[in-house]
Amino acid sequence: MYIPHTESDRQAMLQRIGISKLEELFQDVPAAYRFPELNLPPALTEMEVLQELQAIADSNLTNSEAISFLGAGAYHHYIPAAVDSIIRRGEFYTAYTPYQPEISQGTLQAIYEYQSLIAALTGMEVSNASHYDGATAVAEAVNMAYANFRGKRTKIVLSPALHPHYRETVHTYVMGSELFVEGDRLEFDMLESSLPENLVPFIDENTALVMVQYPDFYGRIFDYTALAEVVHAAGGLLGISVNPLALGLLKAPSEFGADIVTGEGQPLGIPLSFGGPYLGIFATRKEYVRKMAGRLVGETTDNRGQRAYVLTLTAREQHIRREKATSNICTNQGLMALASAVYMSLLGKDGLKQVAELCYHKAHYAAAQINSAPGFSLAYDSPFFNEFVVRCPAPASKINDLLLDEGIIGGYDLGNVHPSLADSLLIAVTEMNSREDIDLLVEALGEIQSELLEEVPHA
Amino acid sequence: MNIPPDIKYTKNDEWIRLEGKIGTIGLTDYAQEQLSDIVFVEILVSEGEAVKQGEACATVESVKAAAEVYSPMSGKVVATNEVLPDTPETVNKDPYGEAWMVKVEVGNPAELESLLDAAAYEALCAERSQ
Repeated sequence: MYIPHTESDRQAMLQRIGISKLEELFQDVPAAYRFPELNLPPALTEMEVLQELQAIADSNLTNSEAISFLGAGAYHHYIPAAVDSIIRRGEFYTAYTPYQPEISQGTLQAIYEYQSLIAALTGMEVSNASHYDGATAVAEAVNMAYANFRGKRTKIVLSPALHPHYRETVHTYVMGSELFVEGDRLEFDMLESSLPENLVPFIDENTALVMVQYPDFYGRIFDYTALAEVVHAAGGLLGISVNPLALGLLKAPSEFGADIVTGEGQPLGIPLSFGGPYLGIFATRKEYVRKMAGRLVGETTDNRGQRAYVLTLTAREQHIRREKATSNICTNQGLMALASAVYMSLLGKDGLKQVAELCYHKAHYAAAQINSAPGFSLAYDSPFFNEFVVRCPAPASKINDLLLDEGIIGGYDLGNVHPSLADSLLIAVTEMNSREDIDLLVEALGEIQSELLEEVPHA
Repeated sequence: MNIPPDIKYTKNDEWIRLEGKIGTIGLTDYAQEQLSDIVFVEILVSEGEAVKQGEACATVESVKAAAEVYSPMSGKVVATNEVLPDTPETVNKDPYGEAWMVKVEVGNPAELESLLDAAAYEALCAERSQ
């Protein structure tokens, strides 16, 4: 560790403030807590630490060793090697927007490209430089809607088919404020009650924001045009949380009349990495730009008439607007935004469509095969993208345990979301799952069904 | 610096021109000069709404800063300047005229006593410029 102060520096500082040793600065902390016995094991060498950490890491089962059908908001996609080699360049390799931003034209240009790509993908007019992840992006949509109505609307309607982690994050954000949440605590059939039309009764003149997901948490694709009309008739805003990769294939959410589009950017060239760092996508209409949180890069010309990039509309942000700013967060995920911009640029419009189509077709092949396996059936007949719900002949947790014995990481156990779905698996299929993988899954499910039948005692 | 003698001022650099019961509210010349180029104006109140003395009734943003405009007196909003949000630069050009923000029907004329006259406001500006 490098500590720049010399002993004489330290003595001079202590003398100046009139104490004789550093410990005297901590006298306000009760003596019992001042220098507690930490009881740490003896120090290890670097080599020993590495071996220990490797041993811990080895107890993980990763999707490079096992076939995986786990999704539920984070997806296993192929990441071209160029993404990593570009973002690791010394000029780019930082998570932060520079503190003297305009001197780093390359960084600002990269963020500007990212914003332009997100605006094109979502069909919205403006995208910010990103938030932490899909969950915080939804929370910022809540903040923005609240600020947009200057606190005069206090209800947030969340679809029960919005990712449960996103919903939890919103509940955390609104805690202690005058905002309250409705719509996401439906106690009957979860799949049925989360249909868009069932949100309508919650929408009124006090509703600031209605937030839905596209495709929804259960994989379903809905047209939100009718919902948008109801929300707008009540004077509120409609937010749609998207899987950006799905937009390579699906109609842009702007076409439904979305006012805010958020999303989890992980599918765009960002590794799963045990949950992060990920990327929060946030886009909106131009008329709301001043209520939007986050950093924003704009293009301009310098005093020599050359193209240049600047941080723009910064007076929205908390360092200027203080407590009246929409949000106290203006950090962006600079490096992850760059990764996604590189990914989108490498693939291009056609490449992105191709990946989305591969996911769609493979998922539909898997769904058809599983649906024809005895004991297993699709839980709905709505259109879906790369993920679907399967009803199982036993608790989903049990099916997953049995699949793991076969070296297959199964789907997401929906019993975690709602008790009515304890027998349901959310199965995700991406371009990384080969036909052989899918056939292996179906075969394994068939065997599990036979084993389960044998377990049933004969009358 | 322009400080018209016929209107009243606040320590926060708002002005109010009282004509009968109707008070017209805006931001002073000193304020627009301090803020530099105004790029955004948002009127926070609407017609028919009650506003209290010291409550925010508009927000202005310059290239450097953001500021709230607080109502110098209490009253009922009778008009807002609807063209100002589309022409924010007017605040720099004509702060006491075209760039008025809100008109209120004054509810408590006694509040006038708490405001500064031109001489007192000029002294305040001079003090802050030192």
